[in-house]
Amino acid sequence: MTSVTTAPAPAPRDDVVEDTGARRHALTVAGLCFLAGVAAIVLFGLTATSDQVSTLLMNPRGVDTIPDVELPTQIAAFVLGFGAIALGVRALQVVDPKITVFFGGALGLFALALVIWAARDGTGAFYGLIAGSVQRATPIALGAIAGLLCERTGVINIAIEGMMLAAAFGAAITASATGSLWIGLLCGVLTGALFGAIHAVISIRYEVDQIVGGTFINIFALGLTSYLTVRVLVEYSDLNQPGTFRPFEIPLLVDIPFLGPLLFSQNVFGFVMFGLVAFLAWALFNTRWGLRVRSVGEHPRAADTVGISVRFIRYRNVILGGMVAGIGGAWFTLGSAGRFDQNMTNGKGFIALAAMIFGRWHPVGALIAALIFGFSEQLNDYLALLDTPIPSEFLLMAPYVVTIVVVAGLVGRPRVPAANGQVYRSGG
Amino acid sequence: MRVELRGITKRFPGVVANEDVNLVVEPGQVHALLGENGAGKSTLMNVLFGLYRQTEGEVLLDGVPASFSSPADAIDAGIGMVHQHFMLVPVFTVAENVMLGVEPTSAPGVLDRDAARRRVLELSARHGLDVDPDAMVEDLPVGVQQRVEILKALYREADCLILDEPTAVLTPSEIDDMLEIIRRLADEGRSVIFISHKLREVRAIADTITILRRGRVVGTTTPDESDEQELATAMVGRDVQLVVDRSAASPTDVVLRVSDLRVRDERDQLAVADVSFDVRAGEIVAIAGVQGNGQSELVSAIVGLRRPTAGRVELDGTDVTGANPARMVELGVAHVPEDRQRDGLISSFPVSDNLVLNLTGRSPYSRGIRMDRRAIRENAERLVQDFDIRTSSIDAAVGTLSGGNQQKVIVGREMSHTERLLVLSQPTRGLDVGSIQYIHHRIVQARDQGLAVLLNSSELDEVLALADRVIVMYRGGVIGEVSGEEATRDSVGMLMAGARA
Repeated sequence: MTSVTTAPAPAPRDDVVEDTGARRHALTVAGLCFLAGVAAIVLFGLTATSDQVSTLLMNPRGVDTIPDVELPTQIAAFVLGFGAIALGVRALQVVDPKITVFFGGALGLFALALVIWAARDGTGAFYGLIAGSVQRATPIALGAIAGLLCERTGVINIAIEGMMLAAAFGAAITASATGSLWIGLLCGVLTGALFGAIHAVISIRYEVDQIVGGTFINIFALGLTSYLTVRVLVEYSDLNQPGTFRPFEIPLLVDIPFLGPLLFSQNVFGFVMFGLVAFLAWALFNTRWGLRVRSVGEHPRAADTVGISVRFIRYRNVILGGMVAGIGGAWFTLGSAGRFDQNMTNGKGFIALAAMIFGRWHPVGALIAALIFGFSEQLNDYLALLDTPIPSEFLLMAPYVVTIVVVAGLVGRPRVPAANGQVYRSGG
Repeated sequence: MRVELRGITKRFPGVVANEDVNLVVEPGQVHALLGENGAGKSTLMNVLFGLYRQTEGEVLLDGVPASFSSPADAIDAGIGMVHQHFMLVPVFTVAENVMLGVEPTSAPGVLDRDAARRRVLELSARHGLDVDPDAMVEDLPVGVQQRVEILKALYREADCLILDEPTAVLTPSEIDDMLEIIRRLADEGRSVIFISHKLREVRAIADTITILRRGRVVGTTTPDESDEQELATAMVGRDVQLVVDRSAASPTDVVLRVSDLRVRDERDQLAVADVSFDVRAGEIVAIAGVQGNGQSELVSAIVGLRRPTAGRVELDGTDVTGANPARMVELGVAHVPEDRQRDGLISSFPVSDNLVLNLTGRSPYSRGIRMDRRAIRENAERLVQDFDIRTSSIDAAVGTLSGGNQQKVIVGREMSHTERLLVLSQPTRGLDVGSIQYIHHRIVQARDQGLAVLLNSSELDEVLALADRVIVMYRGGVIGEVSGEEATRDSVGMLMAGARA
């Protein structure tokens, strides 16, 4: 035979006429960039006076590797505002789906302008703001990874909240009882694995709707831990004093200015989280495990017909996801508070889900989303110290508004694993 | 590899899908399995591929009994299957799809992409498949996707290749290429099982033909010993007429006029680009084309299911662009949708209700807010009679009917209320020859009663049999128009593949 290239090309039919979709997208992005830029100029530039100076602390307490930054407030706000506008102009020139990141950049500039403006005539703990954001992002990122481990195989997991809460509880009492934080952490992981296994059996074996099964786990975990807290921990308060993991430093790397103490001086949870993100970002796309996991999440029947056991892959990943959620749960008691309180996860598991979606089921995306959420929570503390007139409720709300705008309006439909939430039955 | 099926019986609860099937496929041979939809071809092959377990009988490979509990076992034994619905992960590259399940590794668990890519290139060159290992599968035309499926089997060193309806999604020229590839694979010593219900292709490629009807083997022959008429008769079990009997059309005034219509699909891509045409009363206009070239979107826009972004749709001179489906029904437009289970019926509702599904708002089926049960029953009894719908009762859930009878319910309902325009999408997809014949007959009858008929079909035979005019769509535009007399497999086929006449 001569050639088989006579087949018609797929359906790139937009070559027939101009691509109005991309054009519209560029206009939206540009408009939002302008909005962010103008807001920065009006809200922060015009309200500041030309003699005001903002001081930003760039080092953790007791360290003095780089000088603190002093900026003229008004000029900084103008520069950042015009920077955002410039990004909008650029977006109009580049017309490409990827320009969504320009809007991200413009928002970042707006946030920076806010941070500088809040510190006018005063001193803002800039390092503390960033370090606190990373801290707060840790459980969110771990939860998001737990979620994507499940959903990459096509099992929806909205039970991260419940898994983390149960693990936080389990970790706290075992660590208190045994006196070992490590045994506590192990117990947290095992609690997560147990709840992961429950979710797997409900949704894979019994084919219950995965949203219903997940909701059941959330309610069950909240009820169980609250009951045990009231009936047991209140009476035997010794069982609720686990203590927390101390941060440790990685020599040499910790001496890098700013980033060193930020990334290389943390407790075990921070290192595990960054390690998992890096490992999974590689493993999902470069290992046999990753290829099979993704195939099961996208087209389970195709995986089945080449001899891959869909059920096995799903069971394994849902349980693995539970274990990661367990680490995230242990963070609350062993990594942060040093005790268990009723409903102490307080919705972080759902925020983790949002981070997973926002991060488009990619570990690095999930981390970035978690950092954004962590930042906006921490920003609240930062601004409270500086006594700004912005209501804190508004700031707590802001990241979710941003998420909705970005996910709904800009990213378009995020690329969900195609078989997400679908029960798979192999042939008779 | 010599493949022998001996006395295979497969029962599902309440149904016997295969009964005592014997089949021998010799190495180097293309063995065609011919039968109508539901004759048990796919079930039989799923048994051979380990997806189902036979109730009785055995599978012998080169004379040795084999037992498969999963596709993995069948693959290990050297059997490869190209499924009718492709088993490819759309967001994976060709190489990733091909290696899935038998991934080469450089370190334990780490994919060796280079090795896989090299192997794909080598196999693709050796068998003339011309596939780029780094291309994303979702970006490839279906014809190439099918070659990826074949690569998957070759990568696993399959000695026996099962091809389930491999030509259903291809253009005529792609079909010729595919048949050539299949011949080559057999000449290299593989045994090939070719499943089809298309007589012409089976006769062109097969060394041996086995005909299956209602789960049983009803005959084994060769292309030289049989003609299409005999094969069709054996397949259906009674005499069939392969040609539709119809007189020349006598079109009168324009009923439907579509001008410069633009429609976007659900991904916001332009699916129909500036399409214009007319349909007159008393003629059948067919839209031909390989699936996915904008025909579905065009039809949805005409019947009001999708709002066009530009252009006009006129019915009897009135602008009805963007009118909703209910309004179109009021104006005398009927639509037989392409996916009958999803769009045409509510499968848990009884036949009687399904026969008035889009007519419940009008007299005599409803008065005020009350439905008139008696009128609905009378209508159902009449249509069941008229359209020869085989059902135990008009109260039976429509989902319990066979595909052909479900389709007759839709066609019956739509023909019962149409006054001006009848739009049919894939009206005979997946139906048995008997039902196809019947529905074709009713379509011609509707034309002769003075209706304008717009037929959207990707079955070239159907288009050629029915159309008074053929409009061929390619990549969202009309690439050519051929009159019914001039339309041939070649002339329309060339246009479908994008070659301007």
